[in-house]
Amino acid sequence: MSDPAPKLVKLTKKDFESNQDVRWCPGCGDYAILATVQRTLAQLGVRRETTVFVSGIGCSSRFPYYMNTYGFHSIHGRAPAVATGLKVARPDLDVWVITGDGDGLSIGGNHLLHALRRNVELKIILFNNQIYGLTKGQYSPTSKVGTRSGSTPSGSIDHPVNPLQFALGAGATFVARCTDTDAKGLGVILERAHRHKGSALIEILQNCPVFNDGIWDQVKDEPAERQLQLADGKPLTYAGGTMGVRLGPNLQTELVKIGDGGVAADQLLVHHDRGSSAYAYLLAGMTHPDYPVPVGVLHVEDKPTYEAMAHQQIADARAKHGEGQIDELLHSGMTWEVGADGTRH
Amino acid sequence: MSKTQELDRVVIRFAGDSGDGMQLTGTEFTKAAAEAGNDISTFPDFPAEIRAPAGSLFGVSGFQLHFSSGEIHTPGDAPDVLVVMNPAALKTNIKDLVDGGVLIVNSGAFVEANLKKAGYTSSPLDDDSLAKYRVHAVDISHLTVTALDGSSLSTKEKGRSKNFFALGLVFWMYGRDLENEIRRIHQQFAKRPELGDANVTVFKAGYHFGETAEVFQTVYKVPAAKFAPGTYRNITGNEALAMGLVVGAHLAGKHVFYAGYPITPASSILHSLAKFKNYGVLTLQTEDEIAAMGAALGAAYGGAVAVTASSGPGIALKQEGIGLGVMTELPVVVINVQRGGPSTGLPTKTEQSDLFQALYGRNGESPVPVIAAKSPGDSFYAAIEAVKIATTYMVPVFLLSDGYIANGSEPWPLPDVSTMERFDIAHRTEPNGYYVYERDPETLARAWVIPGTPGLEHRIGGIEKDFLTGNISYEAVNHERQTKVRADKVARVAQSIGELDLRGETSGDALVIGWGGTFGALRQATEELRAQGRRVSHAHLRWLSPLEPGLEKIIGNFRHVMVAELNSGQLITVLRARFLIDIKGLNKVQGQPFMVREVVAALEALCETATTSKTAASAAAAHASQASPV
Repeated sequence: MSDPAPKLVKLTKKDFESNQDVRWCPGCGDYAILATVQRTLAQLGVRRETTVFVSGIGCSSRFPYYMNTYGFHSIHGRAPAVATGLKVARPDLDVWVITGDGDGLSIGGNHLLHALRRNVELKIILFNNQIYGLTKGQYSPTSKVGTRSGSTPSGSIDHPVNPLQFALGAGATFVARCTDTDAKGLGVILERAHRHKGSALIEILQNCPVFNDGIWDQVKDEPAERQLQLADGKPLTYAGGTMGVRLGPNLQTELVKIGDGGVAADQLLVHHDRGSSAYAYLLAGMTHPDYPVPVGVLHVEDKPTYEAMAHQQIADARAKHGEGQIDELLHSGMTWEVGADGTRH
Repeated sequence: MSKTQELDRVVIRFAGDSGDGMQLTGTEFTKAAAEAGNDISTFPDFPAEIRAPAGSLFGVSGFQLHFSSGEIHTPGDAPDVLVVMNPAALKTNIKDLVDGGVLIVNSGAFVEANLKKAGYTSSPLDDDSLAKYRVHAVDISHLTVTALDGSSLSTKEKGRSKNFFALGLVFWMYGRDLENEIRRIHQQFAKRPELGDANVTVFKAGYHFGETAEVFQTVYKVPAAKFAPGTYRNITGNEALAMGLVVGAHLAGKHVFYAGYPITPASSILHSLAKFKNYGVLTLQTEDEIAAMGAALGAAYGGAVAVTASSGPGIALKQEGIGLGVMTELPVVVINVQRGGPSTGLPTKTEQSDLFQALYGRNGESPVPVIAAKSPGDSFYAAIEAVKIATTYMVPVFLLSDGYIANGSEPWPLPDVSTMERFDIAHRTEPNGYYVYERDPETLARAWVIPGTPGLEHRIGGIEKDFLTGNISYEAVNHERQTKVRADKVARVAQSIGELDLRGETSGDALVIGWGGTFGALRQATEELRAQGRRVSHAHLRWLSPLEPGLEKIIGNFRHVMVAELNSGQLITVLRARFLIDIKGLNKVQGQPFMVREVVAALEALCETATTSKTAASAAAAHASQASPV
């Protein structure tokens, strides 16, 4: 493209809103997420034309239609694969992936695993509402055991997958969590994810008001008691600093009272988002209702991205062999000449 | 001293355990034939197991080479010379050897255990069961180890060189140049020079054994063939595909993005492309076939010449993604190197049974253009054409190859790419008046707008879209309109493809119609029949969707029409439905290509058959009058 870059005019949230009618159910948690993403992108000063939202199938995957950026609503579970192809071919683009618990962890679990493992610089936002919404309320791979749904009238019997432990196991280099209505918290995470040079997995605890209403209410309604706000370099405390998290003798997380009758503050685990992935795994394992749910950035690490290395290999090959010439390609290997008399020379 | 006899053509087959190095032996002998200026055609035929248990019948691996002083189109129906390294190879291959053919046997492998594994109660070398062949029993196993006497290699490693003894022997039989081969062996084993030295020693031992032991009374000379002037190389179908993709992207002013998952017999396309990095080729080995298709779509959206390749089972997994490509109207080349099916089927054997899968294998009405390569060298041009059609019409294009032409090789005249027509792609950058599904009036293609272009931000996806704006639309009439335009677009590809490839007269007693890798056998068969005075013609369909325009005009001009294909009748079903005429089928589903003689026999029988009451000609005429009301 020879066109000069357009003058950077400060974009607003409105500039990121497409002209499409938003078709989510009234009260859906997706509205809040959409608004926060639009607002944050405007604040980050990104350009619409270099931003692409790729999604799979499900309620959340309609997201790209509502963003006034480039967008690709693909097929069920395959968004990480489509986005990988796009990002590897076009590292200049900011590629976001929108997926859900069914799309990303069930039918598309394999692609999510490998996108994270390769460290393709995709910002993957996983809307977790523990239910299949668009197909009218079947239990999902993140549903708790015993979830009664259209497909599990006697209660589900399979154990849920923990999205953040899954991501850490896959080698994700940025792992974070937030609730759908926490605009401020989500904004901070999105900003950090955007800055991160590598794949990012952000789990959003999202409410489906129609098929799984209130599934996160306890976590969201009592943030002080039920959420563990992660801050880099700060001890793990909640309930107004009266409670904390300490490492038990068998490497399990223990909830302890701080101060009078409890433990000293220096006994607590201190959060380092660049800590070991084993530590992050422990954090990710703290689930509701047994623990306050960690929110914020759980884990960050630096690794070269897949696309950077892929393009580096091309640059290296060109440095070593020169820019490929088609004639050389055809002549590679054993060739021979046939003269005007039709015989070999 | 042996006498020298001149031959026009020879078909030789090497057969042994899958660990015996028969593919290498065959490949090396092919290079020597190419060096000597022969026309060549090869057919590697091996089991799916990498190192099947030694001596087993199912573990036999073969490599057939046809080399000639005249033009040839197939690897030959039956070997004139058969080299077998053990009893199992003899058992599974002897039925193919022509009567009076030369049989070279590694007698050292004919020990009780091997005989038993091959189902022999006694050695066939000791009775007269092989009397109709010219048998040369040579203890290759022993002579190999003896030749390496004093080498530091283990006995096991020494034994592995025995294929080079066999190679040396046939080099002597056909008077091939020793020095070039010695150089090649040293090159190939540069990383393990001690093995290279051993192989050269054994290779020379085989050659000199032939010379001094006077096993053969005759040595043979197959003179060089006459070729059109030019620069040549030997090429397999998969190598040609890889090069064609790079050249296709070059002509489009772009680079190749290739995503693939390992699968036989398509993997070597990825291997070739992965070496072409300095041509800007990006390769991505994905986690599965679905991801490869998805990544190709993503790359196409980003503006790359996107390609994925697989074989039957992998293609089945990609089909939903191909449907997304149809819906979003993105250019992707999808290569199917067909193999025997269903399911895992016959991974290393050839078949043409995925035509229906290419034409109809997706949900909904989801038409795509389908092109088939006809030979190893033609795969190069088919790849370029697939890239051109995909990017011109904004549609996924199926490119069908098969195991036979993917692994087979032939001498190939290098094209002059500088004279090829370019089809440079210009992405739309003008925001004014842009609609996602606004179409080019000629091709019906939508504009290929890529991310990064200011003012043209838009969304695409698998949900039905409005005919013009590309917004989600469930509107009844709009869906029908979009369905029709997607089909019309594929039909319009006909304006960009060549004329029907017809060999022979435009009317006659029989027309045989073929597609893909059977081209060589059908061409050879019909040429032979015409030389005998038969009124037989051959129509080769390069495009299976849309069909080349010329077929409709001539199909009614023949007393009989036959479709020959390596399946139970797929193209025939398409053509019967399209032309409403009676067509006969010649079908083979054995994982093996057609033999020329099978095609000849079927066509001879057809020519002898009286025309049925409902003749092809009359039915077609009736159809034609129906189709074009005055």
